[in-house]
Amino acid sequence: MSIKHAIGSMVHDNVEKVRAINKRYATPRLVMSPAVRVALLCLRIYLLLLVGLLGYKFFTVVMS
Amino acid sequence: MNWVTKLYYKLQRSWKAVRLYLVLAGPGLVVMIADNDAGGITTYASTGAKYEYYLIWFLIILGPVAYYVQEMTVRLGAVTKRGHAEAIFDGFGAFWGWFSLLDLFLVDWLTLVTEFVGMTSALAIFGIPPWATVAGVCGLMGFMVVNGRYWTWEKISMAFCALNLIYIPGAFMVHPQVSDVLSHGIVPNFPGGFNGELFFFLMANIGTTIAPWMLFFQQSSVVDKGLKEKDIKFGKFDTALGAFATVVVAIAIVIVTGTVLKGVNIDDAAQASKLIMETHRYAGEFMAIGLFDAGLLGAICISLASSWAFGEVFGWAHSLNNKIKEAPWFYVFYFFALITAGLVVLIPGAPLVLITLFVQVVAVTLLPAALVFLILLLNDKETMGDKVNSPWENFINISIVAVIIVLSTLYAISTLFPTLFN
Repeated sequence: MSIKHAIGSMVHDNVEKVRAINKRYATPRLVMSPAVRVALLCLRIYLLLLVGLLGYKFFTVVMS
Repeated sequence: MNWVTKLYYKLQRSWKAVRLYLVLAGPGLVVMIADNDAGGITTYASTGAKYEYYLIWFLIILGPVAYYVQEMTVRLGAVTKRGHAEAIFDGFGAFWGWFSLLDLFLVDWLTLVTEFVGMTSALAIFGIPPWATVAGVCGLMGFMVVNGRYWTWEKISMAFCALNLIYIPGAFMVHPQVSDVLSHGIVPNFPGGFNGELFFFLMANIGTTIAPWMLFFQQSSVVDKGLKEKDIKFGKFDTALGAFATVVVAIAIVIVTGTVLKGVNIDDAAQASKLIMETHRYAGEFMAIGLFDAGLLGAICISLASSWAFGEVFGWAHSLNNKIKEAPWFYVFYFFALITAGLVVLIPGAPLVLITLFVQVVAVTLLPAALVFLILLLNDKETMGDKVNSPWENFINISIVAVIIVLSTLYAISTLFPTLFN
């Protein structure tokens, strides 16, 4: 078996594995109560703000 | 004779409990002492040099803070028999699962680079070239895991934890005035008033106390060790003992630099060691040895935290009780992270300072998520049963987590925009 074939096979196997993981965990097991929903929404907003700040910093550093 | 029998019975029970603890001890002690990693040592050394003993009270407060957060991972691991990464995938779905897993890998790898920076700079003081340090560390860490036994790995790690206590005799060697340490350090105060610089130091100390990898590491470690629900009380005691040790070590470092390097601006712990060696040779050498040990302990835990997390999610065999043949991907991942992080340090002109700063920023993209998930999972009665958080535990933990999130975020922002708080 060539190295190219082996790498291709490994990548294919891992992509399949990722798909299987996505399928297995498609539905969160935790009950999405209002408190859980609010917490997750706050997390999304927090992360968006933080990524925005990182982007801004990167942009200003690159521009200068 | 009745009381003699009762006393004998009580002593026998206590001895049995001590022996059982010695068997179950490990995850809490290792994670807490490894919390004082290379970055942490630099933070404590800078804090002592800048504010002498005046912020010791703050370090004392951080002990219970670390305990309460980490204790939750003991309960979650012992009840679910799952690591933190798998618990997030299961509880919150694939989106948050992948986010946590990939972010953890990035933070861990960057932190691993900073541990190598600390170790190479520490051993450079003794004339050991960086390449030899990197090769030696990779060899040692390889030896620790190839035995295929969790027990062996844990006992070697605990020996390095014991070496971390080297800072305590170091503190006595510089002959601090005990009355000054007590009168300046114990009473809460803000030296020089509450200003931007002090705020930065307080945030830095919090940032080094709770790191994302600690949550993932301890929960996976509890699972790999096989702790059961009945062992939770021992796991909690182990964590409390570790929290105590980590605070004592932090205070010892502050005392050393607060006594010898008053008013000196410290950039890193290796620089502090060299400066201390000018007047107190052995205390400085202890500082350098401690820095190497701290970096090594950090590297030991961090590289495993990622490997465990990926193993859990991908379903690979992922126990230290597995030999390399039985868990090839787990070990490939472990050595890949370790060797690549070590090689980065050896690249001439690598942006190591930038990486060190970047770690703090990336860590706060993961820390709040991991902490919020932890609290939500600990409140899931279906999973936790009677080990669910009590209202009192929720009050304490939610308060701590809220403060950590706010302060560590501000710390990251102040790293990005250094003039913001001045």
